[in-house]
Amino acid sequence: MDHETLGYETLGECLAQQGISRRAFLKFCTAMATLMALPPGSAAAIAEALIKAKRPSVIWLSFQECTGCTESLTRSHTPTLESLIFDMISLDYHHTLQAASGYGAEKSREDAMQKFFGKYLLVVDGSVPVKDGGIYSTIAGRTNLDLLQEAAKGAAAIIAVGSCASFGGIPNAKPNPTGAVPVSELIKDKPIINISGCPPIPAVIAGVLAHYLTFGELPELDDLGRPKSFYGETIHDRCYRRPFYDQGKFAKSFDDEGARNGWCLFELGCKGPTTHNACATTKWNGGTSFPIESGHGCLGCSEPLFWDAGSFYTPLSAPTANIESIAAGSAVVGAGIAVALSVADRAKKRRAQQAHEKLTVKEL
Amino acid sequence: MSPPSNNLKDIPIYAQAEEAYSVGNIRALLEEIAARLEKLDDNGETWMIDLNSLPFAPGEYEQLRQALGQGEISARIEAIGASEIIETHYPGVWWVTHYNVEGDTVADMIEIAWLPEIIKSQPEDVHAGLQRLKAQLNERGE
Repeated sequence: MDHETLGYETLGECLAQQGISRRAFLKFCTAMATLMALPPGSAAAIAEALIKAKRPSVIWLSFQECTGCTESLTRSHTPTLESLIFDMISLDYHHTLQAASGYGAEKSREDAMQKFFGKYLLVVDGSVPVKDGGIYSTIAGRTNLDLLQEAAKGAAAIIAVGSCASFGGIPNAKPNPTGAVPVSELIKDKPIINISGCPPIPAVIAGVLAHYLTFGELPELDDLGRPKSFYGETIHDRCYRRPFYDQGKFAKSFDDEGARNGWCLFELGCKGPTTHNACATTKWNGGTSFPIESGHGCLGCSEPLFWDAGSFYTPLSAPTANIESIAAGSAVVGAGIAVALSVADRAKKRRAQQAHEKLTVKEL
Repeated sequence: MSPPSNNLKDIPIYAQAEEAYSVGNIRALLEEIAARLEKLDDNGETWMIDLNSLPFAPGEYEQLRQALGQGEISARIEAIGASEIIETHYPGVWWVTHYNVEGDTVADMIEIAWLPEIIKSQPEDVHAGLQRLKAQLNERGE
């Protein structure tokens, strides 16, 4: 639904129409600040910016994916999806969520692309198959490759949601039968922000949209195109089990005394030291917990090529580093270990890609 | 290796000690609160701590609740969902929790201030309210 149909252009006008008080809006902005990982005291400044913000048209294209990313966003409650989507953005095309189907659905996409040319946000989830002309995934008879290239032309920016769109993800895993590639390999002339994760944290998707609305530009990105506010630190850096790592206290199996005591899961294959994401603080399912809190190591799903990086249950250090000496020295060298292991992990990833290691039942 | 047990009673159950998961967050947080409260006391400087951004270990959130306790004031706001404001056992240290209309927590923070910002009437709302009141007076006539 476009702006004219709704009868307002800015969020401020929208709120005035709905009779929402300034206090309620301030509360909303406090939630937005939390969402964007900004200081909670910045709510008043956010309110001033948002009140004048125009609702951007958003076109969401789903390619070679499992719909997990959309499932993740629709579980977002900070703020509610309804307020995010219907008050703050104009979601003009999304296969899974839109009511229109068939020709009507495709027409709404074409109309939005034409009307908001140069201004709309293009969200992509899923990788793009390019082998054999891209015939392995088509929508309305057109290849994903064709649809992406067309939609990218008029986009103000592209948000690649999920590890598939960001880095190729599982479709790109060896032997990659469809020739799947991430968005950034095909589009070179538009700002692209990668919100990786399998799936990404819903609050991070919402937070990036909120940042764009508030500041009119994409947030600061890391060297892999991910927003620093959410991917600036490793899971390990922010893990509540980190003190146990520093003390050299590790669970050796999933049911030993160390596991029961909540000790570090490094030796059980946790990829926290080399994985950049906000799971340790933002958490999942409304802030309930995250994998490590549930007793399982991090899989590293927000990093490139995570699926081909060897077993989820092999320590990052194995076999290039000696775990005993690392454990003994960890209390002294602390964060330096993670850096060393990052190098080890990259080498390991290379090896694994060449060999395409598979998880065995024994490892489980 | 012993054969797998089919009896639930054979699985040992350990009661978790109250402090088992304390990894030092609470001590650090209380130190920060004390330092900020001192600034409020000295020169009126206010502060907010976003609890959602902290890597609490299981049980630590509840430990913080216990440590701060509840003071004399509790307030509830109804604005796009509820908000709960509690003055803790330490005056000037407020626990502010915002919920959405579905009852999910959307923001959870410690605010160090004479009065939390969200409780104050906002100038825009005061202005709109004044117009409504004047309109009502006009309708009543002389």
